[in-house]
Amino acid sequence: MFVLENVVKRYSLRGREVIGFRAERLELTTGGYQAVVGPSGSGKTTLLGLLTGILKPQSGVVSILGQDLAPLSNAGRDRFRGVHIGYIFQLFNLIPYLSVVENIVLPCRLTPERMQRLRGAAPEQAAKEVAGRLGIGELLHEPVANLSVGQQQRVAAARSLMGTPELVVADEPTSSLDFDHRERFIELLFENCATAGTTLIFVSHDRTLLPMFDRAISLPEINRVRT
Amino acid sequence: MVLLSLAYQSLKNRKLTTGLTIFSIGLSVALLIGVEQVRLGARESFSNTISQTDLITGARGGALQLLLYSVFRIGSATNNISYDTYVHFQKHPAVAWTIPYSLGDSHRGFRVVGTTNDFYEHYRFRRDRRIEFAQGRLPNGIFDVVLGSDVAATLQYKPGDPVTVTHGISQGRGLLNHDDKPFRVVGVLARTATPVDRSLYVTLFGMEAIHADWADGAPPMLGEETPAAKMTEQNLKVKQITSFLLRAKSRIDTLRLQREINTFADEPLMSIIPGVALAELWRTIGYAEDALAVVSVFVLIVGLLGMLVSLYTSLNERRREMAILRAIGAGPRKIVLLLVAETVLLSAAGAALGVGMVYGLSAAFQPLVERHFGLYLPIQPLSVGSFVYLAAVVVAGLLIGFVPAVKAYRNALADGLSVRL
Repeated sequence: MFVLENVVKRYSLRGREVIGFRAERLELTTGGYQAVVGPSGSGKTTLLGLLTGILKPQSGVVSILGQDLAPLSNAGRDRFRGVHIGYIFQLFNLIPYLSVVENIVLPCRLTPERMQRLRGAAPEQAAKEVAGRLGIGELLHEPVANLSVGQQQRVAAARSLMGTPELVVADEPTSSLDFDHRERFIELLFENCATAGTTLIFVSHDRTLLPMFDRAISLPEINRVRT
Repeated sequence: MVLLSLAYQSLKNRKLTTGLTIFSIGLSVALLIGVEQVRLGARESFSNTISQTDLITGARGGALQLLLYSVFRIGSATNNISYDTYVHFQKHPAVAWTIPYSLGDSHRGFRVVGTTNDFYEHYRFRRDRRIEFAQGRLPNGIFDVVLGSDVAATLQYKPGDPVTVTHGISQGRGLLNHDDKPFRVVGVLARTATPVDRSLYVTLFGMEAIHADWADGAPPMLGEETPAAKMTEQNLKVKQITSFLLRAKSRIDTLRLQREINTFADEPLMSIIPGVALAELWRTIGYAEDALAVVSVFVLIVGLLGMLVSLYTSLNERRREMAILRAIGAGPRKIVLLLVAETVLLSAAGAALGVGMVYGLSAAFQPLVERHFGLYLPIQPLSVGSFVYLAAVVVAGLLIGFVPAVKAYRNALADGLSVRL
């Protein structure tokens, strides 16, 4: 279960405090494919920050997998994210100076718990398997600069799934793909999340994708702040 | 370990700036270590200019002056000492050997030294190296001259060539030349890389012969000089010398001998221990090396600041990278460590490159420096001081790393997962 309750996130903007996000209750279920949709300015970035523990709300409860992130320290939230959450950016997901396989194994290298969940398998081997399932098995030793945008997003998906985190958060990962690639990418993501038993939260402004998901949550209905 | 390998790959990715940064740090480290090594080498070489000599004795005057004219052929004596006094100490029961020097004349700017065969036999430098002949033989006749290797090389003289000695010390051809009594080159000494190379050597008799008819520092009238052919060792009497080197039979006697010479009743004499005098001289010129060291420290600071600037300016392009690392679970502390690891790697690589340059350059330029400056710079292991400098470079790199690191940390906190590019 992922629950946000009575959450208020304020920013200071040119010395003035502004409320960026306020939600009475947002509930996401464990398992399944859920989409959060909303136009730009509806508080997507803030929601992502709160869900992943990058941002700390001024008040309220952010409960991820039964753990309230709000009272944790900065380092504690970073750790939590490292262990339990995979993240896919909209674009530019990869560290440019690492090869594909090095990018994929990075979460296991940075977080020992993710390494342990490979159950003794070499991270490179695990990366090869995930990459194979995502159709990028032959790109493992390419420099990332040689990859197309679609390929880069698949590498990012492979990375987010390494060491089977409980939650994968994707921030509009398909916005720069054309329609066919978009569907194919989402299908692959679904398949792999199902294999790993990982919950997927997919944030997008694109309502045409909604039929693919189990459930869609409209952000403007959740966020009480109007801009 | 992960961070170190990330830092390494990140640096490798920016080959040009990384290379330039390492090169600039390397250059400044090379300067710093080079100055340190040269100064140790120079000191070593300097204090090895003369060895196994226990005392240098001359007319009473300045200790430094006595050292300079006797060992380095710089400046001149204000007074001579009598030959009888010299013989007195030569025959002294505590004395192992002596080498007399009679100075004051020159040839084309090179000093002419009157001495005896004791010089070729006993003189030692660089611990136990002795004078050797590259060509020819010992000077036996009154008008025989032996050349130091620099003299022979500069003037292109070879055995058999005539040499005219100039009265006094002057560059080129002087005013008063002993051209009525030319010398003939009979030998050339092997290189010593000491001031020995920059002198010409005649016998004490030769020195006496060219001044035979002189009175009150003026040459004899034209036609009144004794012809060279009539000069023999029998009718020449050595009356005075300038200074002499002395070796005591046992080192314990040195101080007693020194006191005896300094309190010699017949003539005001002065005796110095070369090691002590050399150390004193080195201290006086030591200010120059301190200044050099200060300058090289500043150059190093500039090199390290260059690294700071290049890393700091790269941070904006790397905001994305930091956001990715944060998303994967790297806390801001790891981001700080990543950047500090980069500066430590850069400064360590720079330090290593600098040491490499020092050894490369000293191997390349050692013969050149020896030839042109008479300075033998041994290629030696790094001194303790150099290791302290190297450690300081890496520590400074580490401390400097915190500047971009803190900036990156702030960026990472402010950016979170979203970077507006």
